[in-house]
Amino acid sequence: MRRNAIIIFMCIELMLNAVNLLLVAFSKIYADPDAQLFVFFIMVVAAAEVAVGLAIIVMMYRKVHSVDINILNRLKH
Amino acid sequence: MSIHDILFWVLSAVAVSCALGVILSRNPVNSVMFLILTFFAISGHYILLNAQFLAIVNIIVYAGAIMVLFLFVIMLMNLNADVEPQKGQLVQLAGVISGGVLFLVVLAAIKSTVPQYIDKTSNDIGLITNLGKVLFTKYVLPFEISSVLFLSAMIGAVVIGKKEDTHNIPKVD
Repeated sequence: MRRNAIIIFMCIELMLNAVNLLLVAFSKIYADPDAQLFVFFIMVVAAAEVAVGLAIIVMMYRKVHSVDINILNRLKH
Repeated sequence: MSIHDILFWVLSAVAVSCALGVILSRNPVNSVMFLILTFFAISGHYILLNAQFLAIVNIIVYAGAIMVLFLFVIMLMNLNADVEPQKGQLVQLAGVISGGVLFLVVLAAIKSTVPQYIDKTSNDIGLITNLGKVLFTKYVLPFEISSVLFLSAMIGAVVIGKKEDTHNIPKVD
């Protein structure tokens, strides 16, 4: 229900962190280091995604001068 | 109530309240600050679970790099506190009810599973030597491919973010 594209991006990062916490907890219970390495790779992918996503948002802002997602869904038209 | 339990509950309360602050705050800069606090709380949870490498990497990568990127972009756009139009009471009520039903379904699914109690308990899997041994023997291919992923993400971000050059259009005679 928030319209700001950057706040939505931050909520995606929050969800990825929730998954990370769950994976680390399970790796502690089952004594498996593979889960912690998977968390590491999730962080890698999240960092790359933030870089590209923010570049897209900055480029759209230059055209439209707004970060409202109701205005940013131009691909639909 | 050992110090372990007290720390766990304090860190959980901080993490949940800061996460709520990210969503509910009006100013985007306040949201970024709350998100940084959430990352610190989650790193504290990692240290409690003895995942030391991940705690430090979490702070350096998320709170140190990604949040700085967010702050730069927000400062670039000069975002003020935005006014949210209320979406209509019926839609909000439907959202709350469906979220509550989903929560009940997940709770019921978890309740009917039988937990397996594994006998082996090793407390050392979070240390960086043990993680490094597994990373560089079993997972060396994803590790190398992730460097290619970073390269492509960097190139993509630079290409997307470049200003269009309108002076170099060649003349057609």
